[in-house]
Amino acid sequence: MPKREDLKKILVIGSGSIVIGQGCEFDYSGTQGIKALREEGYETVLINSNPATIMTDPELADRTYIEPLTPEFLEKVIAAERPQAVLPTLGGQTALNLTVAAAEKGILKKYNVEILGARLETIRKAEDRQLFKQAMQKIGLDLPRSTVVTDESDLRQVARDLGFPVIVRASFTLGGAGGGIAYHFDELRTRVQTALEMSPVKKVLLEESIIGWKEFELEVMRDRKDNFVVICTIENLDPMGVHTGDSITVAPAMTLTDRQYQEMRDDAKRIISEIGVETGGCNIQFAVHPKTGRRVVIEINPRVSRSSALASKATGFPIAKIAAKLAVGFTLDEITNDITKATPACFEPSIDYVVTKVPRFATEKFGEFPLDTAMKSVGEAMAIGRTFKESLQKALRGLESGKKGFEAGEDCDEETLLQRIATPNSARLYHVKSALLRGISVTRIAEVSHIDPWFLNQLREIVEFEATLAKAPLDADLLRSAKRLGFSDAQIAHLRNIPQKTVRTRRWRLGVRPSYKLVDTCAGEFPSSTPYFYSTYEDTGDLVPSKTKKKVMILGSGPNRIGQGIEFDYCCVQASKALRAMGWQSIMVNCNPETVSTDYDASDRLYFEPLTLEDVLEIYDVEKPAGVIVQFGGQTPLNLAVALEKAGVPILGTKPSAIDIAEDRKLFGAALKKLKILAPESGIAQNAASAVKIARRIGYPVMVRPSYVLGGRAMEIIFDDQSLIDYVARTVKPGSHPSLLIDRFLADATELDVDAVCDGKDVWISGIMEHIEEAGIHSGDSACTLPPHSLQPATLAIVREHTRKLALYLKVKGLINIQYAIKDETVYVLEANPRASRTVPFVSKAAGLPVARIATWVMMGKSLKSLVPAAAMKGAVPPYTATKEAVMPFIKFPGVDPRLGPEMKSTGEVMGLDVDFPRSYAKSQEAAALSLPTSGSVFISVRDADKAEVLHVARALRQMGFTLVATRDTADFLGRHGLPTDRVAKIGEGKPDVVDLLKQRNLSLVINTPSGKRARADGYMIRRTALELDIPCITNVRSVNAAVHAISVLQGATLGVRPLQDYYKDLPYPTDLRRT
Amino acid sequence: MNDKAWLALEDGTIFAGRSCGAAGESFGETVFNTAMTGYQEIITDASYCGQLVTMTYPQIGNYGITARDNESLRPRLSGFIVRELCRTPSNHESIESVGNFLKKHGIVGIEEIDTRALTLKLRDRGALRGVISTLTGDPKRLVAKAKATPSMAGQNLAAVVTCEAPYEWTEGVVVKPDLHVIVMDFGVKLGILRCLAAMGARVTVVPAGTSAEAILRRNPDGVVLSNGPGDPEPVTNAISTIKTLITERMPIFGICLGHQLLGLALGGRTYKLKFGHHGSNHPVKDLETGKIEISSQNHGFCVDLASLPAEVKTTHVNLNDGTSEGMAHSTLPVFSVQYHPEASAGPHDGRYLFERFRLKMIERRQDISRGGQRRAQA
Repeated sequence: MPKREDLKKILVIGSGSIVIGQGCEFDYSGTQGIKALREEGYETVLINSNPATIMTDPELADRTYIEPLTPEFLEKVIAAERPQAVLPTLGGQTALNLTVAAAEKGILKKYNVEILGARLETIRKAEDRQLFKQAMQKIGLDLPRSTVVTDESDLRQVARDLGFPVIVRASFTLGGAGGGIAYHFDELRTRVQTALEMSPVKKVLLEESIIGWKEFELEVMRDRKDNFVVICTIENLDPMGVHTGDSITVAPAMTLTDRQYQEMRDDAKRIISEIGVETGGCNIQFAVHPKTGRRVVIEINPRVSRSSALASKATGFPIAKIAAKLAVGFTLDEITNDITKATPACFEPSIDYVVTKVPRFATEKFGEFPLDTAMKSVGEAMAIGRTFKESLQKALRGLESGKKGFEAGEDCDEETLLQRIATPNSARLYHVKSALLRGISVTRIAEVSHIDPWFLNQLREIVEFEATLAKAPLDADLLRSAKRLGFSDAQIAHLRNIPQKTVRTRRWRLGVRPSYKLVDTCAGEFPSSTPYFYSTYEDTGDLVPSKTKKKVMILGSGPNRIGQGIEFDYCCVQASKALRAMGWQSIMVNCNPETVSTDYDASDRLYFEPLTLEDVLEIYDVEKPAGVIVQFGGQTPLNLAVALEKAGVPILGTKPSAIDIAEDRKLFGAALKKLKILAPESGIAQNAASAVKIARRIGYPVMVRPSYVLGGRAMEIIFDDQSLIDYVARTVKPGSHPSLLIDRFLADATELDVDAVCDGKDVWISGIMEHIEEAGIHSGDSACTLPPHSLQPATLAIVREHTRKLALYLKVKGLINIQYAIKDETVYVLEANPRASRTVPFVSKAAGLPVARIATWVMMGKSLKSLVPAAAMKGAVPPYTATKEAVMPFIKFPGVDPRLGPEMKSTGEVMGLDVDFPRSYAKSQEAAALSLPTSGSVFISVRDADKAEVLHVARALRQMGFTLVATRDTADFLGRHGLPTDRVAKIGEGKPDVVDLLKQRNLSLVINTPSGKRARADGYMIRRTALELDIPCITNVRSVNAAVHAISVLQGATLGVRPLQDYYKDLPYPTDLRRT
Repeated sequence: MNDKAWLALEDGTIFAGRSCGAAGESFGETVFNTAMTGYQEIITDASYCGQLVTMTYPQIGNYGITARDNESLRPRLSGFIVRELCRTPSNHESIESVGNFLKKHGIVGIEEIDTRALTLKLRDRGALRGVISTLTGDPKRLVAKAKATPSMAGQNLAAVVTCEAPYEWTEGVVVKPDLHVIVMDFGVKLGILRCLAAMGARVTVVPAGTSAEAILRRNPDGVVLSNGPGDPEPVTNAISTIKTLITERMPIFGICLGHQLLGLALGGRTYKLKFGHHGSNHPVKDLETGKIEISSQNHGFCVDLASLPAEVKTTHVNLNDGTSEGMAHSTLPVFSVQYHPEASAGPHDGRYLFERFRLKMIERRQDISRGGQRRAQA
């Protein structure tokens, strides 16, 4: 069946901001999908609120709407574009939910829009637990047994049926409240009593526990002729009980016999057909009892997913691309396998290597935490090796979490150790190593952890070899054996207490070098041309380095983490595009399976490898590119820059020495002095005493942080000596020699982010962004607007001049980002980073010019004048406004205070685009799911310093018809100024208090600015409750001002939608740079 | 434990690795299989008689050996080649490790060699004769031995692996089998017998050399021509048996070697493929329904469809290389497939063919009873 000719225009829905559980894998799948649809001649329309994506590049879809992903905005886009169909299966749960909402509101019917990929009925059957259960029972599949009770009468019988432990879930409570696990009868009775009390409908679901069972995933595809293929099987090292996104996972499945696997495959085939996924990919999860082999279905996702992105990278089979083609009517046998170019896509990939994915946790931000069924990791690293041992060690060093491979955990006594292994947590694997080193048997570890002994025995083999590796003569045989088990040079160096370089030199001399093998979907059965490689230590490789000298290697950004995410992948992909456009080959190195950069289509060559000095040098040595680009991948490649340069690798663009100047306080301070640019007073302290001395000289409050950190890690604003001493004690490990940077904190200053490109002669200021929040909130967590909305032209002229001077002084060739603070019209430089910044994609979308691509061309020797339109060079700005808002992960971390500060905590961003600032701000809030209310009650609670300012806001809100609510002090204050305010009790003052009001949903907006120290508990309760109830809560006065402006606009008018391509027509310069 | 082993090929290549099976020296045609699971089925599949089997998936033996997954009573391959063999298998059904199993049955094995490099060589050069040896001495001498290994072509290996005497298959038989199937054993996989039993047939397995008369005397409803190793052409007596069965309008279902033998009996020719099809992921299209099934395959020879008479139609094609995967006679109840509908190892997509065969047998019964009635009426 060929493609459908009745469809002309298709709307693709993106997944919005990066959040925990929904990362850049949907940029990968959406980008593939749109490309595939265009390849087939369809007109494509995209809606996505996330500007940091490749998919929202204006040249990808025909019409690109960067608009909030809500039914209202979706309807507006549909009304404007009138597509015949919508493809929701590439944009994660967000796109799926939005489509269901639109269908339920009758929007799709009204405009006669068909859902491609999955029918509404299918989505419902897959998503609704009850419908899913019925469907599975209908085809005779086994599920975890469960029953609903409304009282305690039959508990003994239920307990006998289900067996202990029993999972108790109270119906219709928030975030699983009232639930838990019961291990014996008394516990069950108590838990059921509590759950019944908590449940508003007095219903409690009791479920058989499958915690500790083996967990498997199948990535499957089906076409409209019922052809079915399994693309990849995945086995989780962490058994049931840990979210698959937080589990270490391995492809293919390791411990199933063929019969067991084929039975699972048969089940999958029946499931997908019963659920009705007709045209596309889906993910099915199973649990298997380790002793009996009983197999139960866990869930199905009728769309592409994180796992399908992983499966695509693991096998070379482009699931999203094929899913898009199936959605428009093709069948699997009509599509060619991209990799072999000779065989059809209708087959099941066979791989001849092992793939391991390890999650990356934000422990540095939110501390160590136990793992459960709610995902908490922020990124992942994947590695390919010929064995599990090799791939696991490669993946662990690719994580960049400070481990050189499979290392031991923190030292502790045996009992604690076993406890740490028994309860899943973010460091469990390392604790397993500690246990093995201590001689605890695999059987015992398996018993407490439920990790399959197969995995543990593999780990044991690594540990056993390590003992030899530490002592035996370091000859070629030993080195080769070590490498085949995935040991890094750094690990060997550490074990033998010699420099890493010595290991490398010796290894090279002995000829122990990696060979590069191909990812070809078919285990070598057919010749294949796609250049997608991984390293291993074997006799021969598949790699033939290309003959051309016109090639450049781009170092990617590794696993996503807070502070380094999709923005950097966007830049790397742009660099690859730029190189290819000028006839050069691009070589990509990265280990993050979620990304567009690890799509084998995104570059001429892809090395799926960890970003360590060793791995990068080996690839460099094989390929011998003309140069390496390190300034696009965030801190990861920058950290390698100096060592690479020392090893003789040509670094393209800005020299690593310039990066050093910018990072080194002394050198940078001298530079600023020379250039007559102001910076806040500062000093570098080595210990608490010197810190206090410096702080007293500068005057409190001060901003303190360790040098060389990313995303403002451990950065704090400190008000007095004692807090400073505490800070030093907390952040500095005894015996280390840290540098603490201490800056004067400019209270109530306005912060600016400036992105620029310099070619050595000219500087193009690509974007000046004004932060909404005052200085002191991390730039990554701040909302910002382009162009700036409140600054004087004279001030901006100074900023432009400073930027020009600094970029030229640092001999920047490529990108630079400078942060400024403006206080009382005085311009201070906070920091300069001669590399790609997080804001590059935002600026590119706002300005309509591909900043990262231009920077690449500059690095390759072109002049800015030949690339950037003259008007833009002179500083022309868009006649519309773009606002970026950060998206925070607080809801995933119970107990964390949802307030902003100098340490970055956001996982992603959205963009609001409209004619003026208030409208674009309103859109950005809507897109960040912080919908501003246009009526109702506002609760105000601010620190004394903010009272004067909040008065204007309160007055404005009152005039707009809002009711003001406050606790005694603030209410009195507002009352004194003629603003009638309803008084509510503080927490502890009696009932109902402010939290009760929130819970009764009698408040539609909360304004709460945290004071330095006091009243913290109160404020925390208010902020946390608002967060959990999804009530917008604004924690700083500047944002409140912006919000009030936006609300006044929202009250008067509805917001419209407009695609990027149309906005760009209004720009005072051309955006078509394809001539390059 | 660190016993050395070598694999030498006729083209002079020598791989040094370590022994993971029995000690000794063994010869055969070196082939590769791309299945990621199902090594036990492969090791015990008699179709691999005379072959050194390379698994392209690098970690083999993870789930050990189970009591339920043998495809014949013992391993029949000449040697086993893997990247890494697991010493500590884990699965609730596992009864022993692959290494033990190989040793117990005297099968040599080699691990720790670059199996991908070997696979690419076999892909480019075609299947090569080779030797696995754990014996000390100059490995170069093994190359000469490899060259001296007899070629698969022209050998009647079916005669080597077939059963000695007829027997009834009783495992997994449903309460009251209503059909009687005779399986001509050219190296039959037990998976075929299990599928026939599950379909509701009484199954009698007979040696490859059984005559048509002896088969017909057992009064079967249909005959299955089993899979088996090597070249079909030398299996001459079976070909003539099949010819007779065809003339007797007996429902016949050929699988793999059985398919090739049927092709020869119908007057066609067979030829050797460069490196054969060995794996569990080959897409096959059923031309009758247009549906695609993912099939399990294991063959080095192939039927030349153009050589067959016009009444024989191609029913299935391999989507990877366009080769014929199945045929059926347009007027006789005779059909066959080159791949393995019983799977084991592999996806179960092709099992509908057993149902197709059952229907052919039932049709014949109905014809006979109608014919009998007509005769009675006459």
